[in-house]
Amino acid sequence: MLTGSGAILASLERLGITDVFGLPGGAIMPFYDELMASTAIRHILVRHEQGAGHAAEGYAAASGRLGVCIATSGPGATNLVTAIADAHMDSVPLLAITGQVFSTSMGTDAFQEVDITGITMPITKHSFLVTKPEDIPGVIAAAVHIATSGRPGPVLVDVTKDAQQKSAPFIWPPKVELPGYRPVTKAHGKQIQAAAQLLVESRKPVLYVGGGVIRSGAHRELLAFAEATGAPVVTTLMARGAFPDSHQQNLGMPGMHGTVPAVLSLQESDLLVAIGSRFDDRVTGKVSEFAPHAKVIHIDIDPAEIGKIRHADVPIVGDAREVLLDLLPAFRAAAKEHAPDYADWWKRLETLRSQYPLGYTDDPDDGLLAPQWVIEKIGELSGPEAVYAAGVGQHQMWAAQFIKYERPGAWLNSGGAGTMGYAVPAAMGAKVAQPDRLVWAIDGDGCFQMTNQELATCTINDIPIKVAIINNSSLGMVRQWQTLFYDGRHSFTDLETGSKSADEQTRMVPDFVKMADAYGALGIRVTKPEEVEPAIKLAIETNDRPVVIDFIVSRDAMVWPMVPQGVGNSSVQYARDHAPDWHEE
Amino acid sequence: MTYHVLSLLVEDKPGLLTRVAGLFARRGFNIRSLAVGTTEVEGLSRITVVVEVEGLPLEQITKQLNKLINVLKIVELDPASSVQREHMLIKVRVDNATRSQILEATNLFRARVVDVATDSLVIEVTGDTAKVEALLRVLEPYGIKEIAQSGLLAIGRGSKSISERVLKN
Repeated sequence: MLTGSGAILASLERLGITDVFGLPGGAIMPFYDELMASTAIRHILVRHEQGAGHAAEGYAAASGRLGVCIATSGPGATNLVTAIADAHMDSVPLLAITGQVFSTSMGTDAFQEVDITGITMPITKHSFLVTKPEDIPGVIAAAVHIATSGRPGPVLVDVTKDAQQKSAPFIWPPKVELPGYRPVTKAHGKQIQAAAQLLVESRKPVLYVGGGVIRSGAHRELLAFAEATGAPVVTTLMARGAFPDSHQQNLGMPGMHGTVPAVLSLQESDLLVAIGSRFDDRVTGKVSEFAPHAKVIHIDIDPAEIGKIRHADVPIVGDAREVLLDLLPAFRAAAKEHAPDYADWWKRLETLRSQYPLGYTDDPDDGLLAPQWVIEKIGELSGPEAVYAAGVGQHQMWAAQFIKYERPGAWLNSGGAGTMGYAVPAAMGAKVAQPDRLVWAIDGDGCFQMTNQELATCTINDIPIKVAIINNSSLGMVRQWQTLFYDGRHSFTDLETGSKSADEQTRMVPDFVKMADAYGALGIRVTKPEEVEPAIKLAIETNDRPVVIDFIVSRDAMVWPMVPQGVGNSSVQYARDHAPDWHEE
Repeated sequence: MTYHVLSLLVEDKPGLLTRVAGLFARRGFNIRSLAVGTTEVEGLSRITVVVEVEGLPLEQITKQLNKLINVLKIVELDPASSVQREHMLIKVRVDNATRSQILEATNLFRARVVDVATDSLVIEVTGDTAKVEALLRVLEPYGIKEIAQSGLLAIGRGSKSISERVLKN
């Protein structure tokens, strides 16, 4: 016999969970009472439940293991909502456990009662409400199975307080019956053949690689397949690191802020091989004008993604890794009959690559630091084995563009949901999952102010992350759009945390260095180019506490290239008012 | 407007209807009618849903529904190979002059009078959508005071059953 809360703990332990992030409250207290005695599970007490959610996401994204977050009923549970939605958009394996009021009080508007299964229904892969202790082992096992298999995603388990308190026999392994859930991982042989045939016949193929490759752990298989075909590769925002940036076949990131070669390769392609990517609007631009000459092979474990946005000529439902394993020999066999020739295609792509490399202005007119250069330096000095978690906005795009990613799990960000405040807690979670890695949060001054309370968690629990605040004293991406599309009317985007120019400081509210100090972290302010490298090196060497570097950067720096929203990707601007001359062929 | 009739075999779990209805709402699929009931198998329910399909492939609807963990099977039932029925209660205004005409129409449609008052009748009709609509058109001139309509029910013709196939797997 175990209490329900004892059963939650025993189930988690038996499922191999070693780290959880959470914050207790009334309805989850029975479970916390059990958790206190656990030696197998490390619980990290966060300062806000959203931090627990993003920490669990960062933990999962960096390591590929399940992330677990825990909160109480009512506001505790609703504070997890943003992170759950984020995990849903980015297919992160996440288990959220919430306390619920007594089953006898449910539906009476009891204190701290919210219908969290109802609230999270559209943003979870599945959710469970448990009111009886005997159901707990089966539900926890099913929840973990659903979260981690197929297309991963968040699963919420809401447990009433009486279910936690009452006792029932603990039977393990429990019977898990999910007759309506059978993800297909192995693809149909006929489709594999058809895909191989299209590929050898194509003249201008592109492997359009998405985050599914990382979730599936298919990076080795992708490398082998890409090298066998010799086709160019683009890696989406969610797939940075799925294929090495140093590889000659990698054209970089496609999409709104993608490289010109990556964007135009898709536009000019005659065959897209979409692998674990979902034709997101930030990649396609105006869908009707996206890759207008291309046939599509779409490989995805989620059948609903195939044909959702773009018709697939060859739909392949399956796990990216298994499909690539099958596709490689099929391609080799087809290539024996008909050797593909991509020489002209590469000639064209190399021209684009040499004409339109990623770049930036390294000495902004205002005399402040170039944010891109700062981020590039962090990447250079920290190397490919480090983990980089970004917030959302300009700094996120620059971190995606100017840090070189060589392995999956090195780049963590909120791609689908675009959740400001992701970076600090996600970096914290990543550092817990992989304590031996150097972990950076590349954050903005706006983002940092949304979740920086977790610095306390980091200091107290000995989680020495490094935070680089790319402080342009404004909500930079919104400001960029205001500059470009709203006649420079900067409506409510000034945060007054840094400088307007080298000569004009804003109020600096809050002072991030003082704030770091208050949290027991090392705070460093960097305003001059010669200070950048020493500060980064000091941060890397400091491991007895978290580090926060406040880089005061130019607020007028913009993210380029850019495809303005709502137009076709052929309208990509290399820099402001500078469209590449690409119609020559 | 094109309609499709989907028959969903689902696990009878709390919130299931919300999951299905919520999915339709947030993905922008319009429900024309919905009928939920038990099946011959304990713990399983059947949802018969008529969806409007306009500029949106039916495939996307079924694929999204299939992602719901408690949905076991989705079958599209086309009119030719299935029996489809609606059930309607119609309260119609009558007087001494119109009563016999209305009773005649009721008989012609093999509908039944289930409530009689001096100035109204309640007529019960079962049939496919076309028949029910036709009766309504006939009764309309007399003055329809109120109608209550069930969702469409449908079942495949022949001996095969959806739940049988699912449970075998």
